[in-house]
Parts: sequence; C-alpha cells; structure tokens
Amino acid sequence: MKTTLTSGALGAMLFASTCAFAQNTPVKVGLMLPATGTFANLGSMIENGFKLYVAEQGGKLAGREIVYAKVDDESDPSKAVDNVNKLIKRDQVDVLVGTVHSGVALTMAKVAKESGTLLIVPNAGANAITGPMCAKNIFRSSFSSWQSGYAMGKVAAERGHKNIVTITWNYAFGNESVQAFKEGFEKGGGKVADSLTLPFPNVEFQALLTQIAAKKPDAVYAFFAGGGAVKFVKDYAAAGLNKSMPLYGPGFLTDGTLDAQGASAQGMLTTLHYADKLDTARDNSFRQAFRKAYNGAADVYAVQGYDAAQMLDAGLKAAAGDIKNKNKVIAGMEAAVIDSPRGKFSMSKAHNPVQDLYLREVKGSDNIFKAVAIKGLSDPAKGCRM
Amino acid sequence: MDFPTFLAQCLNAVQYGLLLFLVASGLTLIFGIMGVINLAHGSFYMIGAYLAWALSTLFGGHFLLQLLAGMALAALLGFVLEWVFFSYLYQRDHLQQVLMTYALILVAEEVRSIVAGNEVHGVQVPGWLSGSIELGLMSYPVYNLFACAACLLVALGLYLVVNRTRLGMMIRAGASNRDMVRSLGVNVTMLYRIVFAAGVALAALAGMIAAPMSSVYPGMGGGILIICFVVVVIGGIGSISGALLASLLVGLVDTFGKVFFSQLSGLSVYLLMALILVWRPQGLVSKGY
Repeated sequence: MKTTLTSGALGAMLFASTCAFAQNTPVKVGLMLPATGTFANLGSMIENGFKLYVAEQGGKLAGREIVYAKVDDESDPSKAVDNVNKLIKRDQVDVLVGTVHSGVALTMAKVAKESGTLLIVPNAGANAITGPMCAKNIFRSSFSSWQSGYAMGKVAAERGHKNIVTITWNYAFGNESVQAFKEGFEKGGGKVADSLTLPFPNVEFQALLTQIAAKKPDAVYAFFAGGGAVKFVKDYAAAGLNKSMPLYGPGFLTDGTLDAQGASAQGMLTTLHYADKLDTARDNSFRQAFRKAYNGAADVYAVQGYDAAQMLDAGLKAAAGDIKNKNKVIAGMEAAVIDSPRGKFSMSKAHNPVQDLYLREVKGSDNIFKAVAIKGLSDPAKGCRM
Repeated sequence: MDFPTFLAQCLNAVQYGLLLFLVASGLTLIFGIMGVINLAHGSFYMIGAYLAWALSTLFGGHFLLQLLAGMALAALLGFVLEWVFFSYLYQRDHLQQVLMTYALILVAEEVRSIVAGNEVHGVQVPGWLSGSIELGLMSYPVYNLFACAACLLVALGLYLVVNRTRLGMMIRAGASNRDMVRSLGVNVTMLYRIVFAAGVALAALAGMIAAPMSSVYPGMGGGILIICFVVVVIGGIGSISGALLASLLVGLVDTFGKVFFSQLSGLSVYLLMALILVWRPQGLVSKGY
C-alpha cells in the first residue's frame, strides 16, 4: 500500500515536472545569416532587428524563452545544404530564420520543405520561395521581387512614360524584377522598348549607357545592387542621361548606397515596402528603440528581422507556447496581422506579406516617403500549389 | 548603329582597355620576369582603391600628390611582401605559388573587412576634373579622359624604363637568365624586390584611378583579376607591349560584344582568348617587352 502511494506520488510529481519542462524549455531559433562577405551588414541588421523584438517582450515569446543557434551562410549557395543541415540536425532548432542571398534561401526552402522545419525568410526576394517552392511551413517577412518591380511599373505608367528601356544583370533576381516592372508598366499602357542585360557581376556599363543614349527612351528602369548599384547610378548621371530621361528602380538601387552615390542619386524615385520618414508612431518608436539598443540607424533589413520575430510570436501565441504543435503555430502565423514599422501587413495564401508599396524620393542620404504606390499589394504567387 | 554611336562606343572600348592595361601591366611584369603566378594582384588593385578612399580625406584637393603617396605606400607593401613571402616562391612549382597567393587574397579580404567594413564607398572626383564634355549623344566625364591619359603616360613610362634604362636592361637580363646576371655582379634579389614593388604599385595606381569611377566595394579585385589574366595570356606572358595591345583588343571585344550579343556578352572575351591561343599559343607578342 505504501509503495503504491509513493509510486503514485512519484508519478504525479513526474507528470508535473514534464509539464513544467515543456513550459520552460526554450524555443531554439536557428539564425542562418551572412556574417562575412558582401552581405555581412545586412545579416547583422536582420539579427539585431529579430533580437530587438524578443528583448522588447522580455526575452520570451508566448512565455517561452528564446535561445539562438547561429551559422554564417557566407552567402554561398554551394555551402547552403551543409549549413542548413547543421542547424536542423546538429543543433535541432525549432525554427529556421534566413537569409539574405536568394540562392541560399532557395536551398534552405528546399531543405525545410523536406524536413518540415518552420522557416521564416527575412529578406531573400526570389519569387520562387513563395511561388513554386511554397510550403505550409515556409513564410517570408520581407517581399517578393515581383512586388517592388510591379509597383514601379505602375508608377512609371502613371507618370506618363510610354517608352522605357530596362537594364539589369542577367541573373534570376534581376530578370524577375524587370519582368514584374514590364507587367506593371505595360498594364498601364506603356511599352518596354528594349531590355538590356550584362553578365553578373560585371560593372562596365559604359557600352550599354551609350546604347541607351542612342535609343532615347522616355525613361530607364534599372535593377542592380551593392557596388553595381552605386556605379550604375553614378555612371548614369556622369553621362548626363538623368537630365533627359529619369532613372527608376526598385528600392535596392538606392538603399544603403546613398552616401556612396552622393549627388548623382538626388531626386531619384524608387519603390519598396519601406521608406525613411514614414513618420508613423509605430515606425518612430521602432527606430528610436533600435537606435537606443544598437547605437545605429535602423533600415529595411532591421524591419524585416523584427517582423520575422513578430510572426514567430504570433504563431507561438496561437499554440500557447507549444512550438511542437506545428499546425497551430502555422495557423497562428497565417492569421496574424503584423504591426510592422513599415505599416500593418498580413500573410498571403502563399505566406508572402500583403503590404503597401511606397514610392520614395532620394533627398540627401534618405529615401523619403513620397506616396503609397500601391496599397495592400499581394504577390501573384505564380506556380504555388498549397 | 549610326556613326556617332559607333565613335562613342570606340571611345568606351579604348577607355576600358587602357584601364585594364594599367592593372595587367603589373601582373605581366611579375608573371613574366619573376615567373610567379600572382593571384593576389586583384587584391592589390582593391587595396589601391581603398587607399584612394582613405587618403582622399587626408589630402583634400591634392589629387596627384595623393596618387604619389598611395603608390609609395603600395610599393612599400610590395617590397615587404616580396621579402617575407614571395622571395621563397621562385624555385617552387606553380601550385604552391597559387596556394600562397590565394591565401593572400583571403587575408586581404578579411583585413579589408576589419579595417574598412563591408559597405560600398564612393570616392569624389577631384574638383578640377569634375566637369564633363558634351559629345552630342551623351556627355563624357572629364575624369574618364584624364584616366585614359594617365594610363597612356604609364604605358609610355614603362616602355622607356624597360627598354631604355640600365635598370630595364638588368630586369630583361634577369628574366632571361637569372644565374648569369647574378654571376655578373647584379644583386638579383634586390632587383626582383624592386620589380615586385613596382608591380604592386601599378595595380594600386590602377585601383586609385578607377576608384572615383567605379566606387569602392568588397570583392572588387576578383573580377578584374580574371580579365587581367586573360589580357596577359592574350598579349604574351611578360610582354608590356603585348599587354597594351591585348587590353585594347579585350576592351573592343567586350564593348561591342555587349552591344551586339547582349545575352552572350559574358563569353565574348573568353572566346577571343581561346581563338588567339589556338592561333598563337605563345600570345600576340612572344618576344621582347
């Protein structure tokens, strides 16, 4: 009799302790971001944004402590499978967050799709991630390249341009951006007269600029990033082309590059899902908190990291903190309206943000909010079966 | 394509070619005379560009002075590197040279990341060169014309030094028979050190001249390195005049390749290299400098 009692008590205690265990085990977030190479800054902005939101909630989301496992993905697609498996198999993370480079992110999506690990993509804009590659456990807190290109196309048509030449590197992201621009622009009644490309990451633009000058279009749409964006914008202005034909592009053409572009970028119009001087209470308080925490200015990448954490929070809350209950977590994330510094957004069926796209104008070293280009733009998610 | 466009494209081709020559000349010097495959040459170009960015605040408007100071610093760096690393490589096989110079690339990238960060930086064009000339079709920055002139000046200077001076004579002799020159009482070790330092200074000069045109960013040395090897191979290894000829040819093929075969333009230059290697495996200029 005595034995049964003790074993019963022991059982009860054991039961209680496993319950407590489930409540107290931390949720393990696997951050797969670039810590070295060209995109290192973007990686740290995303990480800081993510951690800022978690810190604001007292280090816990839905009552669960958040711990991190980190891998530097080096923006190298050839190492992506190894890197993502390190997080899934070795560190046994509950959630994957990453990354900047689209090629690496596509591999992450593939592995996550097979293993069923929850994945939140905080930047990479390749259409395929929420297109043909879409899956119920894959979410994106940033944008699809289609969104910014399409919005610029609409704006260019509204500004009365009829005849535009596009130029980009001949690689997936550039071509996607140009295609989306063309779709938006031709829908508005314009015509893309010619689409110029040069091999990635070649920065000898002079020959193609001369071609553009000879064709004399109304305006030019360009997609480049990083060093290429700086050089293209400078070369375009140096050739005097900006006087007769305005240069348009997605926000990446002038984001984080304005100090280097200097006078040559002034007055340029670009479209993106975020802008400087949005001047909403939400954005102002976010920027202030970010500055206080990291002693530097927030940018679009920090916002995307911050929102990735908000999305995870929404999912965890819906599942009462139980990350293992994937269906509830996913349902919670799908239903969430994220109160982002960029403005509120919800998830499309393919798990890409349905968000406002802003038209921004370069003034000084800021991309100032000018107007809402398209409200609540949803990616068409071509090829997504879910 | 109408005639003015054609002329403008030719100007683009020459300008690109001349800048290529400036980088490739240092590479061909080191490759041809010392027999070292220097993969780190692109890094020296990058170092030059970052020097231009760092020194521009120091020197303000004195652009030419800044170029001289940057070249002096780069030459010093080359001198030390030859002393500490490269001098051990001459008798080794090419694989070991490739490994070590590749390691230097990684070190240079990492140091660049620690010292200067990973952002893209712009370098101001000096005030007295900042205008542009109207060419009908489009305007052409004065600075680009200055860069052309500077490259031509360097080409002429190199030709004179190598062919008309005592130092040049020793360099040519040292390249063809190192041991004989040493036994004649020439300090070959020092001679090589000077040549290497000069090669690094040339790459850095190219980087400094290119910086205001191309801006300064991580990994900028990689792309130029490959195209410079193409120039050196086409021109004939070790030949300065060959490098000049080859870089102009590469400039032309690249420019018009982009215009006429936009989708395949990444191929054009390598196709040219393959064709020339079939026709003349030793390169365009196989003898002389």
